[in-house]
Amino acid sequence: MSTTTPASGAAPALGRQDIAHLARLARLAVTDEELDRFAGQLGAVLDAVAQVQRADVGDVAPTTHAVPLTNVLRADVATPCLPRDAVLAAAPAAEDGRFRVPRILGEEE
Amino acid sequence: MSDLTALTAVELQAALAAGETSSVEVTRAHLDRIAAEDGALGAFLHVTADAALARAAEVDASGTAGTGLAGIPVALKDVFVTEGVPTTSGSRILEGWRPPYSATVASRLADAGTVLLGKTNMDEFAMGSSTENSAYAVTRNPWDHDRIPGGSSGGSSAAVAGRLAPLALGTDTGGSIRQPAAVTGLVGHKPTYGSVSRYGLIAFSSSLDQAGPMARTVLDAALLHEAIGGHDPRDSTSIDAPVPTVVEAARRGAGGDLSGLRVGVVRELGGEGAREGYEQGVLDRFAEGVALLEAAGAQVREVSCPSFGLALPAYYLIAPSEASSNLARFEGMRFGIRVGDDGSHDVDEVMALTREQGFGPEVKRRIILGTYALSAGYYEAYYGQAQKVRTLISRDFSAAYDDVDVLVSPTSPTVAWPIGARVEDPLAMYAADLCTLPASLAGVPAISVPCGLSDGLPVGLQVMAPALADDRCYRVAAAVEAALGAPLTDRLLERAA
Amino acid sequence: MSEPLVEFDDVLTRYEPVIGLETHVELGTESKMFCGCTTAFGAEPNTQTCPVCLGLPGSLPVANAAAVESTIRIGLALGCRIASWSRFARKNYFYPDIPKGFQTSQYDEPLCTAGHLDVEVDGETYRVEIERVHLEEDTGKNLHVGGATGRIHGAEYSLVDFNRAGIPLVEIVTRPVAGAGAKAPEVARAYVTELREIIQTLGASDVRMEQGSLRCDVNTSLAPVGSLEWGTRTETKNVNSLRSVERAVRYEMRRQAAVLDAGGRIVQETRHFHEDTGSTSPGRSKEEATDYRYFPEPDLVPLAPDAEWVEKLAAGLPELPAARRARLREEWGLSATEMAWLVNAGALGVVEGTVAAGASPADARKWWLGELARRANDAGVELTALPVTPRQVAELSALVAEGTVNDQLARQALDGVLAGEGDPRAVVESRGLAVLGESDELVAAVDVAIAGAPDVVAKVQGGKVQALGALVGAVMKATRGKADAATVRRMLEERVLGS
Ligand SMILES: [Mg+2]
Ligand SMILES: [Zn+2]
Repeated sequence: MSTTTPASGAAPALGRQDIAHLARLARLAVTDEELDRFAGQLGAVLDAVAQVQRADVGDVAPTTHAVPLTNVLRADVATPCLPRDAVLAAAPAAEDGRFRVPRILGEEE
Repeated sequence: MSDLTALTAVELQAALAAGETSSVEVTRAHLDRIAAEDGALGAFLHVTADAALARAAEVDASGTAGTGLAGIPVALKDVFVTEGVPTTSGSRILEGWRPPYSATVASRLADAGTVLLGKTNMDEFAMGSSTENSAYAVTRNPWDHDRIPGGSSGGSSAAVAGRLAPLALGTDTGGSIRQPAAVTGLVGHKPTYGSVSRYGLIAFSSSLDQAGPMARTVLDAALLHEAIGGHDPRDSTSIDAPVPTVVEAARRGAGGDLSGLRVGVVRELGGEGAREGYEQGVLDRFAEGVALLEAAGAQVREVSCPSFGLALPAYYLIAPSEASSNLARFEGMRFGIRVGDDGSHDVDEVMALTREQGFGPEVKRRIILGTYALSAGYYEAYYGQAQKVRTLISRDFSAAYDDVDVLVSPTSPTVAWPIGARVEDPLAMYAADLCTLPASLAGVPAISVPCGLSDGLPVGLQVMAPALADDRCYRVAAAVEAALGAPLTDRLLERAA
Repeated sequence: MSEPLVEFDDVLTRYEPVIGLETHVELGTESKMFCGCTTAFGAEPNTQTCPVCLGLPGSLPVANAAAVESTIRIGLALGCRIASWSRFARKNYFYPDIPKGFQTSQYDEPLCTAGHLDVEVDGETYRVEIERVHLEEDTGKNLHVGGATGRIHGAEYSLVDFNRAGIPLVEIVTRPVAGAGAKAPEVARAYVTELREIIQTLGASDVRMEQGSLRCDVNTSLAPVGSLEWGTRTETKNVNSLRSVERAVRYEMRRQAAVLDAGGRIVQETRHFHEDTGSTSPGRSKEEATDYRYFPEPDLVPLAPDAEWVEKLAAGLPELPAARRARLREEWGLSATEMAWLVNAGALGVVEGTVAAGASPADARKWWLGELARRANDAGVELTALPVTPRQVAELSALVAEGTVNDQLARQALDGVLAGEGDPRAVVESRGLAVLGESDELVAAVDVAIAGAPDVVAKVQGGKVQALGALVGAVMKATRGKADAATVRRMLEERVLGS
């Protein structure tokens, strides 16, 4: 990213390049026209949401779950799987009982 | 029988139980109305006519019609996964997908003997407040076909307000049940987060999404709520607690007595100094609604929740962040459409092309925003900070509930706006959720109940309660409804007559 | 593709290696991490999937209690601190074998932290610090089609099987291990060996590297001797056997030294290990660094193991390998070196079983490290793969001790056991291997030997008692080894010396 960590309250402008980087990260093949439009719209949205940085949160803990639950676990018991035909019926392409996908260039993680 | 589509679910229940009609008749009446009206309304994406009639015949044969919701038709927002029935979440990327399983709430409704009429239109992946973001159709408001039915559950609101279905399920992430209910004159309830299963609900923002009922009366909504609520071991965030007794609360509230109930009017939501963006007609109807509560014996006071002003920015960081991750599975490998797989593109390119063509502009905007908010170096400033603001909002609720039993506000700052008016202005669209976002972020229950018309268009009053006290929402809403005399949607019937 | 390498010993004159290991272990649970699909190995592709592990829209995860407990037990066995508050996070990236567009893993709040594992190499103990033990889910498996090699490179397309997707995976990450010098490759191997044994002892996984239920990534870096800063590390993936762990470190040390010697810089990269050549090659680097955008998984609630739960799991831990070795060494009276031999030969379990079946520790050890190790070596199999049980070895040992057979006959009896002829006593019986007592047959053989060698008899009687050995040999030969040498000697002495 060409921008740096924003100072409190100020939203960094998102340029076309930033949008293009984010779009690649999100696997979105955006068009040039979209790039321009999104850069403008997201700039405005970002300005609005940057308000959160003005909040005086002190040492407040973040809320990730509105309802506090812990240790929700299931017993280790095998249950029926889906029939393979049903699984592959929805696949855009299948072969030999497997999902067929286009050639992979990047390495595995 | 008079026009069966004019009856509420409770009235249908009585007619079925008394043997005055059958589920097949009720179902056919609604299917006929769908056939006649939906071309203009655009409420349904998929109508399961044959299956519905077959199911209705089964229920009739079983002799259970009229017990609970058995034999009564329902519509489901297309965000709920239904086995064998097309499910798109309003997105091109899922075109043609027939899921191999069903959402827990869909199964519960089927088990209760309800008859599925079909799947309703919605903003793509529930992102929007107008249902204009659907990849398939624009849905129109039954009160004025040139106006939006609200969103994202706009297909469900149009279907129920337009009497194409007596009941419908919606989902609410930041207001997507309450705002469409408000602008179409319906009752819509967002249950306590975790009290209705999310299993099989196509996720938009996992920590906020919640399914809930939409109906023309408070009691109808309560009946539907009880049918879908309760613990689900398939959803880790599901609360293992009894479903609040909302039907009983709705009946009690209909008596019109709110003596001893303490009601807080949230200053930051349309109160003094916080009226920017609120239409005068909305504020007037809301004030009248509050006066009705007072007349019913409630003690009303103004309450300040200073962090509510930060709900919108916090929401528009949290929801897109979670969405950017939730929507990553839509990449054309195992289900849905695939674009560009002609041998000339590698898998990354095919994923990107599929998502480019499969997603609409609002979805892309939010994915990019969410990707940004979670990315290295920005997480703390955006997502992390928003989650802390969320804590502040919860604290405001807790503090308020020390002094009052429920909080009230307008549901939406405006009435339904003309189709197309906000399409190119995301911020204006987002402002529609101003009043509904705090309850979403805090996970507390909130209901929207009609409180009159402004320029001939419905206005909703929102009632918020503490977590798991959904029954209070229903009680207060039922009192408002009783004070107004008749369901607001009856005015549509009068108009048509 | 051969790269310049520096001789291993030469590397150490100029550089100090630092290693680190990331080990992934597939847990042996009945069902997957977040759904009820079975984890059985070897099923037809895509027959063990459901909406959850396929990442179908709307599906939600629920964590497997047994997987959480196994992870805590592994953490406890490694002396880790068990977190009282732990969370799953989403690691966001796109790849055709991950169904959700993210891997559910743990990030900044793992279940176990700050443990250690002591390993021994050539009598010296090395402490490997464990940074973290966390729980995540496995990916699907890609089959690459087209192109020459069946490898990802050059393939026309790939086929994905999601049976493995969602199987619980424990990741054990060490802190960098410095100071092992020339022993670094062996320390790496010893660490994985010991870790494997611990997990096996816990019954948490079958830890079969060849089936991929234990997989290793090996980090290696070099720093100039005396330098205070560590060098840039490479991460070698695809290291699928214990031997490969050692070879991978060795190769990377030699390769990196050559790069540094030539004034080059080590690139931080992922490399792949090749079993056939023992070499590593660079992975294809991506044009942009990946940004995983970790955030707490909102579909799962936090894990908060309380003290009571953790204590219960701790109390239920079995005796761990190191403790067992110490106990056995003490019980058997072995030196550290003797114990090390046993361990290295993989004979600990069988020796223990043999002792338990009644043999003396010394005899059990002698059998397994001697005759049986030789047979295994000749047959090219693992010691424990020989078709003989500890109980049978104990029986052999008993037959020798009671004098039924001598060592040579015992070896013949072993032949029979290995050939599937039954237990040692039965083989002795059927093959007629029992030693001869002071029988007529033996008396006759002794008489024949004396009569046939008057010169030897004269020598013995003349005081050269050691010449008696030739007569013993003759008798043994005549009885085809079935006689007991001590008995023969006594009989000869009686007759020749009259004592
Ligand atoms: Mg990992
Ligand atoms: Zn599964």
